Amino acid sequence: MKPSNITQMPAVIANNISKSYKDVMALKEISFSVDKGEIFGIIGPDGAGKTSLFRILTTLILANSGSASVDGFDVVKDYKEIRKRVGYMPGRFSLYQDLTVEENLSFFARVFKTSIEENYHLIKGIYQQIEPFKNRRAGDLSGGMKQKLALSCALIHKPSVLFLDEPTTGVDPVSRKEFWVMLKDLQKQGITILVSTPYMDEATLCDRIALIMNGEILKIDTPQNMVNQFDKTLLGVQSKDMQRLLTDLRLYPQVQSCFAFGDIHHVTLNNVDWSKDDLTKYLTEKAHEDIIINPIKAGIEDCFMDLGISNPSQTN
Amino acid sequence: MNDKIIQSNPIKPSTEKVIKVENLVKRFGSFTAVDHISFEVEKGEIFGFLGANGAGKTTAMRMLCGLSKPTSGKGQVAGFDIEKEAEKVKASIGYMSQKFSLYNDLKVWENIRLFAGIYGMPKNEIAEKTDALLNSLQFESERNTLVKALPLGWKQKLAFSVSIFHNPKVVFLDEPTGGVDPATRRQFWELIYNATTNGITVFVTTHYMDEAEYCNRVSIMVDGRIDALDTPKNLKEQFNANNMDEVFHQLARKAQRSE
Amino acid sequence: MKNTNPFKQFIAKRFAFLHKSSFLAFVQKEFYHIFRDTRTMLILLGMPIIQIILFGFAITTEVKNSQIAIYDPSNDIATHQITDRIKTSQYFDLVKYIKNPAEINSVFKDGKVGLLIVYGEHFNENLMHTGKAQIQIIADATDPNIATTLIFYASSIINSYQLDMMKQLKIPYQIQPEVKLLYNPQMKGAFNFVPGVLGMILMLICAMMTSIAIVREKEMGTMEVLLVSPMKPILIIIAKTIPYFVISFVNLITVLLLSVFVLNIPVAGSLFWVIIVSLLFIFVSLSLGMLVSTLTNSQMTAMLVSGMVFMMPVMLLSGMIYPTENMPAPLQIVSNIIPAKWFIISIKNLMIKGLGISSVLREVTILSSMAVVLIAISLKKFKKRLE
Repeated sequence: MKPSNITQMPAVIANNISKSYKDVMALKEISFSVDKGEIFGIIGPDGAGKTSLFRILTTLILANSGSASVDGFDVVKDYKEIRKRVGYMPGRFSLYQDLTVEENLSFFARVFKTSIEENYHLIKGIYQQIEPFKNRRAGDLSGGMKQKLALSCALIHKPSVLFLDEPTTGVDPVSRKEFWVMLKDLQKQGITILVSTPYMDEATLCDRIALIMNGEILKIDTPQNMVNQFDKTLLGVQSKDMQRLLTDLRLYPQVQSCFAFGDIHHVTLNNVDWSKDDLTKYLTEKAHEDIIINPIKAGIEDCFMDLGISNPSQTN
Repeated sequence: MNDKIIQSNPIKPSTEKVIKVENLVKRFGSFTAVDHISFEVEKGEIFGFLGANGAGKTTAMRMLCGLSKPTSGKGQVAGFDIEKEAEKVKASIGYMSQKFSLYNDLKVWENIRLFAGIYGMPKNEIAEKTDALLNSLQFESERNTLVKALPLGWKQKLAFSVSIFHNPKVVFLDEPTGGVDPATRRQFWELIYNATTNGITVFVTTHYMDEAEYCNRVSIMVDGRIDALDTPKNLKEQFNANNMDEVFHQLARKAQRSE
Repeated sequence: MKNTNPFKQFIAKRFAFLHKSSFLAFVQKEFYHIFRDTRTMLILLGMPIIQIILFGFAITTEVKNSQIAIYDPSNDIATHQITDRIKTSQYFDLVKYIKNPAEINSVFKDGKVGLLIVYGEHFNENLMHTGKAQIQIIADATDPNIATTLIFYASSIINSYQLDMMKQLKIPYQIQPEVKLLYNPQMKGAFNFVPGVLGMILMLICAMMTSIAIVREKEMGTMEVLLVSPMKPILIIIAKTIPYFVISFVNLITVLLLSVFVLNIPVAGSLFWVIIVSLLFIFVSLSLGMLVSTLTNSQMTAMLVSGMVFMMPVMLLSGMIYPTENMPAPLQIVSNIIPAKWFIISIKNLMIKGLGISSVLREVTILSSMAVVLIAISLKKFKKRLE
């Protein structure tokens, strides 16, 4: 997916960025870089510092220390240049509810000194889906359509880097999937995309991800490498009484952590030497029926929780 | 998935229906937000209420909470008619949503006292239960902390505990875990499980499809109708899907309308 | 979508630069916001009409059966004839004959008697012999409008008597009425409400509405998107003030038209200067609105600040309702920092008293300096970032 030309300068560079509000450290020495044409995911829960990071990179706020550049321009000195060439969709961005779809889009086009016609090709794929409703007020659109309009507005001036702060929060799974299909299309047009999300399942759709928690980056890598590097034994365990199973598994000495993952419990062992028979025996003694135990491959969520646990500052 | 698992989340034997809904309809002008939905929820059950944005979940939930009158149809919550005895319904339910849960500018204990007071709990009982609650959540040190200073995950856990503080028959949870980190999200669900063992019925909406699996039964709303209602296991079989996400997609893609 | 009409094409080409202008796009968007919020727009445009009419009606100009007293030291045929005319008039109820000039002052004390007629001594005799007689009309001017009306009616009765006598006797009589006002000799309050209402409305629209409109964008998160755009942040703010400037101007014209054609208060002085000074005041108010918007982050705070800090003092301290001269000294000093005070004084002089611009140079200078200072502060406070 990535363009072959990697020798170019990175689209976004963050260097030891720290930001604090009063006595709260929102970001602690954050460093990363994003290549041109990459979809870079910043994955973490609310309050992890995602929005602060986006605001620093889009020149909306100043970091306390550290430096950053977007498209080769410094976020402090060259903020005017950056504002000309980035697209930004803030988390709580709600468009102008009392303007129609077309008026919203044309307004943002004109603010960026362009017109809908000029860059229609860029947004065509997305905008065509809402064009039948172009005379409808934005306030009367559904969540999914609003999101498409917001993305069209952020794209209309052909930005080189697109910052999307939690574009899918509160959106249902179907619309979320559609949204990611749109992002992949944009990537093909050479736009670099920084996207933040609290949904771990969206991580695999990014080229690279940064896991962020409490203002610190836990890890940066491709989703594939991230799960491959999960070095602990992970088991999927099921039985008839899943609720009781959770408590019983946690009491098993070799178990480091145990969490429910849908209809299965993910169990991280602190010991590579484990025996399926021993665990089965233990659970049978606890009167569990229909026990199924299988080693499984970790997902991003497992990685996140594991990194979170091993990171001391996570315990607030 | 192994066929041997008959029931991943067995429903506790109980016949008491805490929520009974029959042909509930809500129209706004010519728009039918909720279109003849019928279902029953048993005592102690975790009932997942899923649907795409605009499918009618919020409208349905508002009617069940006695906040909005149905256009037609009948509904009972905790034994009270949702139309005629809305006030009694409100007194016997708990409610928590991602958007509003606690007052940020009040301290932890002040929030507890406030909500308990709203539901008319006696003072000494409030004090006693507050201690027990803070103890079980390991929040004692935060008793005097302003809620806004708490991390989101803690806030949501506290909000849930407050919503069931007065021992309601049913608690309605509207996307309670949005934006919460994965570990806390799971701890939150463990709190939900504990509540059901105390006989509280849980009615929950969520956009996390893995959470749908934690429910005893799941209903999926499409265009104001309930298009599917069963245990997650049966739904997956019925739709020949590996997980609830696939089930949801198969159903929600059929949706004709949006908000 | 293509235009085939050559004229339209020409226009489109000629004004393409306008379409390209992000500033104009912004102004257009602001007008959409206002026009689509029909309720607010109606309030904004209807407010001056309602206020002027309400104030206009609250001021009673129609007088009937007003209580009148008479002091008649002459007690002759002429005074009796005039008194009879007054008695039979529907406007007056004669309630008292004063016996003693010492009672003159006390007759108004209980506030019931609105007018006192005092005939000169030897009224008829003077009239017959010299052709001149003195008559004094003393009015309680606490309510200046009623006083004016009563004096007008009384003078007309005396005039008509004089005319009748002249017709009958062919002698050039001259009854000289002398008008005296008690309690409020400068007739303060009459039509003062017009500059006051103007000041209040302009302040409300410019300061309050502008600040709310700007802060709304902050609340909605659209401000973030606009800041991350090539548009100059200060232009965002200025664009937001333009529609309110236009509405204020419309309201200014409405108020002037209403006062001339409905209230019959002519613009006694130069209309040009009235408008120029009003524009200056609009400017001051807009910069106040900008200042509030840079200092607040929620619509609620913006409204409270403009409401409490601007509107209340405008109503209470600007002299709109209570004359500033009668205020305690500290309040008088405070009232000096209220722009509306200077605006109201200027408009009173220019519009009602009909004085020239030179009479309000001090006020205009103060307003101008306020504008400069406020704009300087709001520019300084204005952030090109979020915090």
